[in-house]
Amino acid sequence: MYQYDPKDQQIINERVAQFQDQTARFLDGKIADEHFLPLRLQNGLYVQRHAPMLRINIPYGMLNSIQLRALAKISRDYDKGYLHFTTRQNVQLNWPALENVPAILADLAKVEMHAVQSSGNCIRNITSDPFAGVAQDEIVDPRPYSEIIRQWSTFHPEFAHLPRKFKIAVSATEEDRAAIRAHDIGLQVRKQNDQIGFRVFVGGGLGRTPVVGVVIDEFIAEKDILTYLEAIMRVYNLLGRRDNKYKARIKILVRAMGIEAFKAKVETEWASIKDSKLTLTQAEIDRVSGFFSEPDYQQNIGQNNDHNNDELLNSSQLQEQLNENSDFATWYDKNTRAHKYSAYCSVILSLKPTGIPPGDVTDQQMEVVADLADQYSFGEVRTTHQQNLVLADVAKNDLFSLWQDLIKVGFATANYGLLTDMICCPGGDFCSLANAKSIPVAEAIQRQYKDMDAVYNIGPLDMNISGCMNACGHHHLGHIGILGVDKKGKEFFQVSLGGDSGYETKMAAILGPSFSREEVPAVIDKILALYLELRQNDERFIDTFKRIGMAPFKERVYG
Amino acid sequence: MSKQIIKDGVIIDKPDTELLSLEEWNQGSNDTDNTQAGLLLASHDQLDDFNGNLQDLSLIAIDFPVFTDGRGYSLAAQLRGRYQYKGELRAQGAIHRDQLYMLKRCGFNALDFADEQTDLNAALASLNDFSDDYQVSANQPEPLFLRR
Repeated sequence: MYQYDPKDQQIINERVAQFQDQTARFLDGKIADEHFLPLRLQNGLYVQRHAPMLRINIPYGMLNSIQLRALAKISRDYDKGYLHFTTRQNVQLNWPALENVPAILADLAKVEMHAVQSSGNCIRNITSDPFAGVAQDEIVDPRPYSEIIRQWSTFHPEFAHLPRKFKIAVSATEEDRAAIRAHDIGLQVRKQNDQIGFRVFVGGGLGRTPVVGVVIDEFIAEKDILTYLEAIMRVYNLLGRRDNKYKARIKILVRAMGIEAFKAKVETEWASIKDSKLTLTQAEIDRVSGFFSEPDYQQNIGQNNDHNNDELLNSSQLQEQLNENSDFATWYDKNTRAHKYSAYCSVILSLKPTGIPPGDVTDQQMEVVADLADQYSFGEVRTTHQQNLVLADVAKNDLFSLWQDLIKVGFATANYGLLTDMICCPGGDFCSLANAKSIPVAEAIQRQYKDMDAVYNIGPLDMNISGCMNACGHHHLGHIGILGVDKKGKEFFQVSLGGDSGYETKMAAILGPSFSREEVPAVIDKILALYLELRQNDERFIDTFKRIGMAPFKERVYG
Repeated sequence: MSKQIIKDGVIIDKPDTELLSLEEWNQGSNDTDNTQAGLLLASHDQLDDFNGNLQDLSLIAIDFPVFTDGRGYSLAAQLRGRYQYKGELRAQGAIHRDQLYMLKRCGFNALDFADEQTDLNAALASLNDFSDDYQVSANQPEPLFLRR
């Protein structure tokens, strides 16, 4: 993990002091509400339906056990003892008092955390693959670049008053697990003639007008990435619409200008700063990469073993454990992922048990996760944009013991990537933007599919639920998406099918007229029943949908 | 008492330099190096549209119609960067104390608050909110990664 040096620490401490002063002046009546708004947003503080909400950054999803314990303590001391993990790998407190926020930020700064630019019309958290550094299909670790871009974007003086929020995601694998084509800028790390660079996508986004990002350049060399990003941002800052909040994202500008004209503007701007001092140096790439070097994999598997050869391990021990305990075998099958080293694997902690809002964790659970991270995964954990957690480096030797510990803490539901592993926004229970409550819909579906065998039979399925058109639940990208709408003051839910994230990103299409909350589980049941009837071979739901199209589903649901 | 502004970190009486808009400059026969007038840019103006030589001017003011209109920051960055403008660069309009630090970093060395209630003495403190930054600034041409 990146570790702050004295400069990083000093900068964040000065930010804490700055916001402390701004908050004091605001509470003293010296700053008007509308002036204080961007100041508090860019320090993470929203005012929400019931209470302020503080969004804390987790840069590209990386957390260590010290930070986990600090978050647990903060949630106890200043909030109601639980935290919510978001679809941008961040974490939220739902009830902090405004006057306590400077103190919370000071506590966060002590563990190298902050809430800088997690909201507001600025560059937000840089997100990436939760399996970064260990995935088998990785070309190069995206985290050093994510960190470098994070520093470049933090307190960038030119881009604190953009037309609208700006989100950047980085992927470095054959399969995109960071939804980069649904971001304002998506960066795909690649190699060309042994050189590392980026395929750059622009203009992706969800919300009211979902758009798949398009390529602006097939290959920007790694040394040029900061100057190139700066050029894109400057063009957006100068030309993005400021007359209409719903037309202010870069996706609107790129569509209006056309990608060729937009690219020409960016290249003109880039020409004046390319090869300037903002050119990234090998020294800086090496310095930051040094923080992401491999842990001591030998440590967890004993000196007579080879971390790249699990046959030398007691892998017969694992095999025995799998043979003897079918629940363990199921969990191993569903909730673990192959690691680049065969003696290890990555483990998904499902935060989606029945009856709990997706992504919510209590302070006690956070403390346990910190202990598990220390014991099983070199003290580190990752957050995912599907609102789960990942222990990325678990020795296969340790899996049975970890599984038992996960059962105790409630994170062993073997549903990773399945129907009940839903993405769901906080919705109307918490959010003043919402049209409908999304959490009760998620819960109703979870309860309907309590039978794990039914869930396994259905197989991989992305179900995403949003409480309003802002799409924080990513419903456009769901194989099945559910959107809360307000019809004449009542809550209704619109179902969409066929969305997909990954490099071949597709936006879901609406099934038909919306449903009441009570009707939704039965609608889902009809959709899935049709799929089960018609699927061929090993088709997932999305594969069957792509093959047969919308019409049969429409017919089945609306009769 | 005349209006006061902040320039180069001190409070001074606002000079009565005439400011002409981009259109006025382009229409008139004003010679950039033969007149005392300054250029007042609206936030939507594009620097390419200026017919003369920006480098010859000694005062450019950029208007902020609302403080959330961030275009002036990029105009300033272009002026100090691509156009190598060395004269006084003044932010005017709906700016507030809490934008000063970022305005300074983008190259503004003068600040003219439309809100006459602004306590300029208190505002000066905000010019030093941070002792260092990650990115280049008007007075720091090297990003932090070159100086670690």
